[in-house]
Amino acid sequence: MANIISDDTIEYVGILAKLELKEEEKARAKKDMSEMLDYIDKLNELDTDGVEPMSHIFPVSNVFREDIVTNTDGSKDTLLNAPKQKDGGFMVPKTIGS
Amino acid sequence: MSKIYETVIGLEVHVELATKTKIFCSCSTAFGGAPNTHTCPVCTGMPGALPVLNRQVVEYAMAVGIATNCKITQYCKFDRKNYFYPDNPQNYQISQLYLPICRDGGIEIETAAGKKTVGIHEIHMEEDAGKLVHDEWEDVSIVDYNRSGVPLIEIVSEPDMRSAEEVIAYLEKLRLIIQYLGASDCKLNEGSMRADVNLSVREAGAKEFGTRTEMKNLNSFKAIARAVEGERARQIELLEEGKKIIQETRRWDDNKETSHTMRSKEDAKDYRYFPEPDLVPVVINDEWIAEVRSRQPEMRQEKMARYQTQYGLPAYDAGILTGDKTFADLFEAAVEICGKPKKVSNWIMVETIRLLKENGMSPDQIQFSPENLAKIVRLSDEGTVTNTVAKEVFELVFLKDIDPEAYIKEHGLSTVSDEGALRAAVEQVIRENPQSVEDYHNGKEKAIGFLVGQTMRAMKGKANPAMVNQLLRELLQAI
Ligand SMILES: [Zn+2]
Repeated sequence: MANIISDDTIEYVGILAKLELKEEEKARAKKDMSEMLDYIDKLNELDTDGVEPMSHIFPVSNVFREDIVTNTDGSKDTLLNAPKQKDGGFMVPKTIGS
Repeated sequence: MSKIYETVIGLEVHVELATKTKIFCSCSTAFGGAPNTHTCPVCTGMPGALPVLNRQVVEYAMAVGIATNCKITQYCKFDRKNYFYPDNPQNYQISQLYLPICRDGGIEIETAAGKKTVGIHEIHMEEDAGKLVHDEWEDVSIVDYNRSGVPLIEIVSEPDMRSAEEVIAYLEKLRLIIQYLGASDCKLNEGSMRADVNLSVREAGAKEFGTRTEMKNLNSFKAIARAVEGERARQIELLEEGKKIIQETRRWDDNKETSHTMRSKEDAKDYRYFPEPDLVPVVINDEWIAEVRSRQPEMRQEKMARYQTQYGLPAYDAGILTGDKTFADLFEAAVEICGKPKKVSNWIMVETIRLLKENGMSPDQIQFSPENLAKIVRLSDEGTVTNTVAKEVFELVFLKDIDPEAYIKEHGLSTVSDEGALRAAVEQVIRENPQSVEDYHNGKEKAIGFLVGQTMRAMKGKANPAMVNQLLRELLQAI
């Protein structure tokens, strides 16, 4: 393995992904991540000079909708996914400390 | 000797576009719907739901870019900005990082310090987040996704402003341009225009910028001006004490006139942008740009010139009327109906502005229709009502948009020109004010003004003023 993932990196990625990992999970994730980076290094060996960066896998552009309202009241379906609800909204833990 | 500091300010302005539907789905953007009624799988981030771009969003963004002298990016695309927050159901926001739709523009502002150009670094398209309401009774927040997916443009300025005055001038100019384009109503108090202020200070003459902070939660021009002053003072104080300024996001509390830090270290600002795989690129050819350019409406300078040539208005009137889109629209619509430009202009510039001030309102809060304004102009111009009555009735038009014609009829407020009735009223006023009559006969011209006033008062402002004047002189001569 050419790429070594540090404890700090795995901690940081965990925070970004909002994941709490156990020690053995961290070890496994470190190994997986270093293998992924090794694979990317392999791809980087390819000479891409003069090749346009690809922004999409399909050779398609300009797919648009016209600005017309066709959706009707979607609250019932939307709220089916709410673990808790109140006054027609999703109830979540308080987001701002005072 | 104390040091002299320069303030360096750049703005990030978010503007909600005036489309009927959201940026990536056909849900309504109407304001004030019951919670979550304007939602679908796309704007609530359901797995497998696919976004499709609203063409009108691209056109509004182009229109704003053209009007602010930007270059249009002819091959542009969207990127994903990743973060977790309950107002963001997808756990990412679709935005533009690498190829924003507009770049390298600028607008000219004018302040007491003179004219200058504030550069526009870029304008990009993105989606708004949902709304969180903090419950007063329980320790919870309630999420409404009606705003989720409403189209925004973010206009990022260069750090070209040096004072609160320049910041306000820039924002006012930007708002006026966007309102003229019809791309947004730009209401700061309703959140359809929001400004984040990036500010740093440095010693005058220094080449390097100081460490900047970003200030959020600014929902009026006054709050923005106070926040600029407050943050400038805070940073200078830190530097004077030999302390360091921390690069951070701060939340302005306008009631306390202070700011406090908003983000903790836990929420690192690492958005891991990557190209949005669910949307294809947008290719804008020269024809499309030319088409949008040809549809650009008349802007302020052209309108000002036209008001003077077409309607014969003084430059002063034209300046005030075109300085606010609501005034300009109201003026044009009312003139269209009654054909009296100078009279309409006067009613807007005097009575309307006075009532706005008295009621603590801004022009965009005007409720009355141009039809009713045109009626007031016609009724007072034709002499159907006196000036006094017209002003009183106009207050009701202003407050409740009543039909002034019907109101005048219903309450019998038409000008009284009946000679018998006026003669009786004048005779009574003469009887009741012998002192003024004597003053008049002793050569005090002013006394007649008082007697006219008393007659008008007795007639509740409805008496034909010319006739009252004439009758008074006639009856006083006879004494
Ligand atoms: Zn939707």
